[in-house]
Amino acid sequence: MPAVTVSPVPARRFSPNPLVAFYQSSIGKKWVVALTGIVLIVYVLGHLAGNLQIYLGQDRINNYAEFLHNLGPLLWLIRLFLLACFVIHIVATIQLTIQNRQAKPQKYAVPGYQASTPASRTMIVSGLIVLCFVIYHLLQFTLELTHPGYRHLHDSLGRHDVYHMMIIAFRHLFISLFYVLGLFLLCTHLSHGFASVTQTLGINNRKIARVISAGGVTLAWLVFLGYVSIPLTILLGLVR
Amino acid sequence: MATTLDAKIPTGPLEEKWQKHKNESKLVSPANKRKLDVIVVGSGLAGGSAAATLGELGYNVRCFCYQDSPRRAHSIAAQGGINAAKNYQNDGDSVYRLFYDTIKGGDFRSREGNVYRLAEVSVNIIDQCVAQGVPFAREYGGLLANRSFGGAQVSRTFYARGQTGQQLLLGAYQALSRQIAAGSVKMYPRTEMLELVVVEGQAKGIITRDLLTGKIQAHAGDTVVLASGGYGNAFYLSTNAKGCNVTAAYRAYKRGAFFANPCYTQIHPTCIPVAGSYQSKLTLMSESLRNDGRVWVPKQKGDKRPPDQIPEAERDYYLERKYPSYGNLAPRDIASRAAKEACDTGRGVGPGGLGVYLDFADAIKRFGEKTIRERYGNLFDMYHNITGENAYKAPMRIYPAVHYTMGGLWVDYNLMSNLPGLHVLGEANFSDHGANRLGASALMQGLADGYFVIPYTLGNYLATQMGKKVSVDRPEFKAAEQETRARIERFLSIRGKRTVADFHRELGLLLWEKCGMARDAAGLKEALQRIPELRQEFWEDVNVLGGGEEFNQALEYAGRVADFLEFAELMCLDALERDESCGGHFRVEYQTEDGEALRNDDDFCHVAAWQYAGPDSRPIRNVEPLIFENVKLAQRSYK
Amino acid sequence: MNFKLKVWRQKGPNVAGQFVDYEARDIPADASFLEMLDIVNEGLIKRNEDQIAFDSDCREGICGMCSLVINGIAHGPGKAKTSCQLYMRRFKDGDTIWVEPFRAITFPVVRDLCTNRSALDRMIEAGGYITARTGSAPEANSIPIGKVVADLAMEAAACIGCGACVAACPNSSAMLFVSAKVSHLGLLPQGQPERTSRVVSMVRKMDELGFGNCTNHYECEAVCPSEISASFISRLNRDYARAATRQAAVLV
Repeated sequence: MPAVTVSPVPARRFSPNPLVAFYQSSIGKKWVVALTGIVLIVYVLGHLAGNLQIYLGQDRINNYAEFLHNLGPLLWLIRLFLLACFVIHIVATIQLTIQNRQAKPQKYAVPGYQASTPASRTMIVSGLIVLCFVIYHLLQFTLELTHPGYRHLHDSLGRHDVYHMMIIAFRHLFISLFYVLGLFLLCTHLSHGFASVTQTLGINNRKIARVISAGGVTLAWLVFLGYVSIPLTILLGLVR
Repeated sequence: MATTLDAKIPTGPLEEKWQKHKNESKLVSPANKRKLDVIVVGSGLAGGSAAATLGELGYNVRCFCYQDSPRRAHSIAAQGGINAAKNYQNDGDSVYRLFYDTIKGGDFRSREGNVYRLAEVSVNIIDQCVAQGVPFAREYGGLLANRSFGGAQVSRTFYARGQTGQQLLLGAYQALSRQIAAGSVKMYPRTEMLELVVVEGQAKGIITRDLLTGKIQAHAGDTVVLASGGYGNAFYLSTNAKGCNVTAAYRAYKRGAFFANPCYTQIHPTCIPVAGSYQSKLTLMSESLRNDGRVWVPKQKGDKRPPDQIPEAERDYYLERKYPSYGNLAPRDIASRAAKEACDTGRGVGPGGLGVYLDFADAIKRFGEKTIRERYGNLFDMYHNITGENAYKAPMRIYPAVHYTMGGLWVDYNLMSNLPGLHVLGEANFSDHGANRLGASALMQGLADGYFVIPYTLGNYLATQMGKKVSVDRPEFKAAEQETRARIERFLSIRGKRTVADFHRELGLLLWEKCGMARDAAGLKEALQRIPELRQEFWEDVNVLGGGEEFNQALEYAGRVADFLEFAELMCLDALERDESCGGHFRVEYQTEDGEALRNDDDFCHVAAWQYAGPDSRPIRNVEPLIFENVKLAQRSYK
Repeated sequence: MNFKLKVWRQKGPNVAGQFVDYEARDIPADASFLEMLDIVNEGLIKRNEDQIAFDSDCREGICGMCSLVINGIAHGPGKAKTSCQLYMRRFKDGDTIWVEPFRAITFPVVRDLCTNRSALDRMIEAGGYITARTGSAPEANSIPIGKVVADLAMEAAACIGCGACVAACPNSSAMLFVSAKVSHLGLLPQGQPERTSRVVSMVRKMDELGFGNCTNHYECEAVCPSEISASFISRLNRDYARAATRQAAVLV
C-alpha cells in the first residue's frame, strides 16, 4: 500500500467582486457549467434536427445548408458564441475536476458505489474524448481540411452538396465507426448531463427527480439513435 | 463531622421566589464580564446552552467536551420530548401543575423552590428554541403540537419526531457555534477533564488531557461550570453513550464537592434485552410502545415454548393483573420492577431468561397491521435491525435498562456546589428530579439550567471574584497536573492480564445485581465488600497498552473505569444508608403489601450529600432537609 | 461466525498507513459491527497488541460519531443507518471485510479508523445558525409555520453530521451537509433575515476548507443515515444563486 501523509489543503482565493467570486465558488462554477451545458444541449438537438433532413432528400438538406451559410455574420456570431460556451464549459469542468481530485487524495481499496453511474463518474473522460471528436468533426466537415475534396461537391443548383458529402463520408466504415463511438460518448455524457443541469440550476425536486433522471437518460439515447441512424443507413445502403 | 446544608432557597411565596432572587442577585458589568474566565465542561443541552449564553453575555468562555464535536453530546439521543407549561392545549395545565407533577413524580425527594423555578422557565425554553429554528412538530394551522407523555394527564410535551433531544441540542450547538465564530467561546473538542483544581477553597481551574495528542494542560478560570452528564455507565450496560462517564463529577467530589443521592438511578422498562456478553450497549425503545402492546410472561416457570404456542390461559399479563387501572401504562419504575420480578421467578423469556414479551397481536387484530406500522413502524424496524426478529409476527422481547441518574453533585439554588466557584448543571447535578424523573423532563432541566438559570445566578459568585484571578503557575495547578500524569503513568505501567472492559463488565454486573432495580441490605453489603477487591484487582492486573502522549482510547477508558470503580462504592453506600424505598430507589425491605415503594418521610425526607474523607475513610453523609410548604406528601398509587 | 478483516492501520496523522489482516473468530451473528471490532480488540490486548482505534459513542445511530467505510461503502451495506447499526448477520460466514476510515482531504486520519471531522463544525460556525439572543425570543406561537414547511425543515434538520456524505462522495463534497443546514434554517420564517448571508458564508467556508464540488453522483444520499434527500442540494444551488444575485445587486 502506498504511504499516505496529510497533504495541505490547497488554498482557494476569492475575489471581492461578487461576480468573479460567484465563478470562483463551487456552486457558481457549476451554474456556469450547467448554463453553457444547456446551450450545447440545444445545439446538439438543433444539429440533429438539421442532419435528419437527410431523410427528406438532397434538396431539403442542401437548402438548409445554404440557408445557414447565407446567415453570414450572424452565423459567425452564433459560432463564436457556441465556441465560447464550449471553451467555458471545458475550462470550468477541468477546474472542478482538479479540485475534486485534490479533495479526495486517496480512493477506497474496494469501490462500493451505491448510486453513481459509470456515466456520472466518467464525465471528464467522456467530455474530453468528445472534445477530440468535435475537433475532428470540424476539421472534416466544417473546415474540410481532412477531406479537401468535400469543397468541390456541388448540386445541380450550385449549392454545396452536403447530402453527398455525408454519403461519401459515411461510406467509409472507419469514419462511421468513429462517429458511432464519438456519439456514444457524447450521449453517455448527456445521459448524466441532462438531469444534472436541472439539479445544478435548482429546478430538481424530490417529486420530479426520478422522472427527470429517467427522462434525461431516454432523451440522451434518442439523440444517440437519431445521430447514429445516419451513418448506419448510409452504410447499409438505405440512403444513397 | 456531618453538616446540615443550606440550599439558599429564597424566602417568600413559592411563585415569587425566582423573581425575587433575580432581583436580588448581583450583576457583573459588561466591562468586567470580559475580564472573567468561565470554564464549561460538557457541551450537551446544559453545557452547550450555558456556554453559548454566557459567551453571548460577554464572559470569556472555554468549553470542553470529549467527543469530536460539541454536537455529539448524549443529550442528542433523547427521543420523547420536552415538557413545558404552555397550556396550548387548553387542558388545564399550569406552571403549578407541572411543578406538582414533577415533585410527585420524584416521590417527594426534590426541592420545592428549584422545581417551581424549573416549571416557570419551561415556557421560555420553548420560545427560545423556536426562535433558534428548532423544528418542533406543528398542527396544520401552523401552531405547535403537543402530546401527552409518561402518563401525564395533560398534553404538555413538545417534540420533534422521535429526535427531540437531537433538535434541541442542535439548537444549542448552533448558538454555541455562533459564539465560537464570534470569539467569545473557545471550544476544546476531544479534550477530557481529568482533575478539578481548588485554590484557597475555591474551584479555580481544571486539568485536561487532549485526547488526540495526550497533552496534559492546566486551565485557570474564575469559575468552573460542570455539565458532564450522568453516571449510568457505572452499570456497564445502559442506554448511555459509550463515552459517558462520572470522571469530571467524581474528581470534583474528591476535591471537596458533595455528591448527592448517588443511589437514585432510573431504569427504563422498554429496552431491547441483552443478547450476550459481547453486548456493548442497550437500546431504548420509546415508551409509547406500551400504549398498544401488552406485557406478559408464561405462567409456567421455565416454559420454553415459542410464544405463539403458549395458549392464552397460560399467559400472565402481570401488569394488567397487578395494576388494573393503569395496566401496561404503569410508571417506569413500577413496570421495570415487575419485569424483574417475573424474570426472578424463572418466567423470563428469550436467551438467558432476561426478558418479557411486549405483544402487539391484539392491537394488530384490532387496528390492523397498517395502523400499527404507522404508529410504531420505525421502532419495529429498529427492533428488527438489532434482533433480527419481526415484531409484527412474534411479540417483542423487552427488558429494563439503566437510563438516567437523578443523583449528582450537590448544588444550592444558584446551582453552585458547596465548593465555592464550582457550578453544576443538567444531569450532573442532583437538584430537580428527586428520586425519579418524569418522561420529557430531562431536556427541560438541562436547558433551563443552561439558558435561564446559570446566566442569572453565576453573577452572584463572579461579582465577588473581580481581581482574584489565579495563574496556572500556582502550586495547586502544578500538583494537580503532576497527579494526573502520575495516574496515567500508573495505568500504563501495570501491564496485567485483564482488559479494562473486562473489569467494567464485572463491575456493571455486580451493580446491576446488587444495586439495580431492587436492592436489599444484604446484597448491598456484599457489593460493598466486593467493589474494593475488584478495584484492587484492577490496579494490579489491568492491561493498558500504548503511550500517554498519543491518541489512546484504551487509556481514556481505563481512567473512566477506575473512577467508576470508586464511585460504585459510594452508590452502594448511599443505597444502603437510605433505609426506605422512594422512586427509582427500591429497597425490598421497604414496600407496602402490594409491593409498592414505602417511603419513610420521618427519617429520610432529606438529601444525602456525601463528602469525601480521604482514600481509606468512610465518606461523611451530610444532610439537607427537604421542607415542603406547598405540597402535601402522599403515597403514590397507580392501582 | 468467522471473518477475515482487512483493517486500515495508521499510527498518526503524518505517518503512512496500511491494511493489516485480522481474523475475527466466533462472532455472534447478533453482534453489531462495532461489537465485532470490540471483540477483535479484546483479543489484541490479550496478545499485547495495540487495539484498533475507531470512533463511536451513542451506538444507537444518532450521535454521528461512528465513521467506518466498510467494503468501500460509508457506514457499510444497507440503507439509512450508521456503522454502529450494522449487524454481523448481514454478512456471510467467512467473508473478507475491508474496513477503512472516511477518506477526504478535509477529514485527516487521526489514528487507524478515526478521522478529524472538525471541518463540519467550521461550516456551521460560518453561518449555520439563527441569531437569537437568549431571552429575547418572542412567544413561540406568535409565528405559525405551516405543517408542510415545518415537516420539510425537520427532514433537513435530521442530519446527524457524521460526514458519510463527504466520505462517500467521489469528490469529497460536503454539499449534502451544507444543503441540509441551509434548507433547515432557510425554510423557517425565523431563518429569513440571515438567509442570504448564511448560504454565501457557508458555501464560501466549504470551498475554503477544500471540500470538492458536487457533480450529482448522489452517493451522499445513498449512504446518508438520516436519509437527507439530494433535492436539498438542488435547493441549495437555487438559494446560492439567489443570494449571489442579491449581493451583486446591492453593489450595483
